Amino acid sequence: MSALRIKKGSSKKSAYDLRDPNTDVISSHTLAVIVDNEVGVLARVIGLFSGRGYNIDSLTVAEIDHTGHRSRITIVTSGPPAVIEQIKAQLGRIVPVHEVHDLTVEGDAVERELALIKVAGAGEKRVEALRLADIFRANAVDSTLESFVFEITGTPEKIDAFADLMRPLGLVEIARTGVAALSRGAK
Amino acid sequence: MTRQMTGAKMVVQALKDQGVDVVFGYPGGAALPIYDEIFLQNDIRHVLVRHEQGAVHAAEGYARSTGKPGVVLVTSGPGATNTVTGLMDALLDSIPLVVMSAQVPTFMIGTDGFQEADTVGITRPCTKHNWLVRETDKLAEVMHQAFHVATKGRPGPVLIDIPKDVQFATGAYTPPAKAKTGHYQPQVKGDTAAITKLVELMEKAERPIFYTGGGVINSGPQASQLLREIIGATGFPITSTLMGLGAFPASGKEWLGMLGMHGLYEANMAMHGCDLMINIGARFDDRITGRVDAFSPGSKKAHIDIDPSSINKVIHVDLPIVGDVGHVLEDLLRIWKARGRKVNKDGLRAWWGKIDNWRKVDCLTYPKPVDVIKPQLALERLEALTKDNDRYITTEVGQHQMWAAQFLHFEAPNRLMTSGGLGTMGYGLPASIGVQMAHPEALVINVAGEASFQMNLQEMATAVQFRLPIKQFILNNERLGMVRQWQDLLHGGRYSQSWSESLPDFVKLAEAFGAKGRLVTDPADLDDAIGEMIDHDGPFILDVLVEKHENCYPMIPSGEPHNKMLMGDDATEDAIGSSGATLV
Ligand SMILES: Cc1ncc(C[n+]2csc(CCOP(=O)(O)OP(=O)(O)O)c2C)c(N)n1
Ligand SMILES: [Mg+2]
Repeated sequence: MSALRIKKGSSKKSAYDLRDPNTDVISSHTLAVIVDNEVGVLARVIGLFSGRGYNIDSLTVAEIDHTGHRSRITIVTSGPPAVIEQIKAQLGRIVPVHEVHDLTVEGDAVERELALIKVAGAGEKRVEALRLADIFRANAVDSTLESFVFEITGTPEKIDAFADLMRPLGLVEIARTGVAALSRGAK
Repeated sequence: MTRQMTGAKMVVQALKDQGVDVVFGYPGGAALPIYDEIFLQNDIRHVLVRHEQGAVHAAEGYARSTGKPGVVLVTSGPGATNTVTGLMDALLDSIPLVVMSAQVPTFMIGTDGFQEADTVGITRPCTKHNWLVRETDKLAEVMHQAFHVATKGRPGPVLIDIPKDVQFATGAYTPPAKAKTGHYQPQVKGDTAAITKLVELMEKAERPIFYTGGGVINSGPQASQLLREIIGATGFPITSTLMGLGAFPASGKEWLGMLGMHGLYEANMAMHGCDLMINIGARFDDRITGRVDAFSPGSKKAHIDIDPSSINKVIHVDLPIVGDVGHVLEDLLRIWKARGRKVNKDGLRAWWGKIDNWRKVDCLTYPKPVDVIKPQLALERLEALTKDNDRYITTEVGQHQMWAAQFLHFEAPNRLMTSGGLGTMGYGLPASIGVQMAHPEALVINVAGEASFQMNLQEMATAVQFRLPIKQFILNNERLGMVRQWQDLLHGGRYSQSWSESLPDFVKLAEAFGAKGRLVTDPADLDDAIGEMIDHDGPFILDVLVEKHENCYPMIPSGEPHNKMLMGDDATEDAIGSSGATLV
């Protein structure tokens, strides 16, 4: 019997998957999942992602049909194409899931996120923060003599960019909603 | 007019309306109202197990041997948590179960009450779906939905958690026909264009193979019948997973035997060398594929499965067909016939020539000493002496399970009950109880290892109480044999904790339970002992003392492809490469 020489990382993925995990390109997908708004449904969806090792980059959920009790869960996930397909198929197996849409594949989608950003400071920095907020079309929804809370809506990238600019100007706290998305066009 | 009744009564009424005749269960405080209703009626039999895990495996045995859902009733807290292994087992093997667990009253939920557990939370990842019912008015509907979800599409276990106050309260009973089951309607018809494409591939294929799995059995007897027709008509070779054994008769001339890690040489070689692989209701499990990137490298692969998530999960296939096996096979056969029943005759002839050469390797041969019983011999004799009986086999998990799959021959579906996906030691004895409940006149044998048997041996009492003449055929190697085999291959023969020390005297154990037992050590006595076991009218333990160091071959070592099988002990040196060593 030979001594064990276990190659590092050889069993990272599924036990029998010895392929190079980097051969597949990882891309980001926005999924819209329509579910019955019943107890535990979010836990089922999240449990699926954690149990099977999928990524969640952003997640939002709210009831969208108060009479039919339907909720829309918007998930931004990332992975190689085969994993994305698996995620959609696995979501489809969950009994209270009615529809799974891959907005990234189904066509161009509008993606928006809302953030509240608190910035504190005085003098030049305070003026600069206000000026940049104007450029980014962020509204001051709360202001004191030494702080603002800005409300900004846009793509996650736009919010990232705005937050980066606010950092040296006295960024205190940031709250983000996660992405909500709809496909463009009539249907 | 809706009928008003208590939640507890609704449970029993819904079970009756669903045609349930047996419930496997164990009572406790939170379940008392339902148990009271069980007491007050005679239509449903309740089998009192000795441990809730046993109830779930018994229900699995019942379900798999009948095609009907198995039903379990347990109390809250520990009763519910004891079902977890069985639920996971049923989930991985796609066995339809409806498990009802009692829960503390709704007003106590969240207070860490006595015997409170977050049962729906704990069982969420090991059920197909589960429900916590908070209103009596909804209970009956949920019960009917539970049966619907458990049995439709890819079957699986579901759980209904029923708080005690919901059992006591009165509400309106919803009959099955009125229950909303609308949106869960999995696709059963396959895409005709894809099926036609498969027929085209079949017409041209030089080296085709059918690779079938538990999905054929789950689809129902009609699917097995259609499979037989297709094989008979095309003359294509067929192999199957452990879970699919019996869908095609082992005596059929196209049958290559089981494939996979301990599959037959001819089956694995044919899988490796085929040019068209037709997967029907199997899921490219890692026990089957071996090394994924070297799996059947030269073949086009078609995959028929009712679960879209099975497609391309492990192996990329060229032609996916989502649908119920029975429906798809019916269309397949019809289209193939309509197009003139064509096959590539020359190709097939050469292919069978190759296969016949692989068959000549005779991969299951083993030495037959006169002084010790080889486990293979024990199973060969069991096969010879029971094959004409109305026989059902259950197994535990380990080497004996693989030998049973190799040496017992299954002619019909639903005749082998075994823990495939989860590999649960302790499955076989309670499963045999469930099978015997469903088939009181049949010969039900659990092929066991001495270690697995001990994991649920308390269920012998259940068998005695309910006069279930189950046969426990223990291949006793005084070892956790499968663990020892891997330690041989991987860990320099350092047998860490793989002995069965302090074993009970199984004959006395049988007697202590009020059953009968016999020890057999001499190959010459084997037939007589098996004969006595079969003839005995009651539960029986046959303790077959077998060769202690026998390894199970052929074996695809982990991390290797199908054509790198180990055929015997002399080939095991350095068999598992460094990358394979981390695999299970
Ligand atoms: C519940 C559980 N624990 C541990 C294992 C790991 N395991 C697989 S086979 C095996 C040994 C089984 O021994 P035995 O029942 O005597 O069967 P044998 O292999 O000797 O035929 C073990 C420990 C398992 N499959 N299930
Ligand atoms: Mg053993």
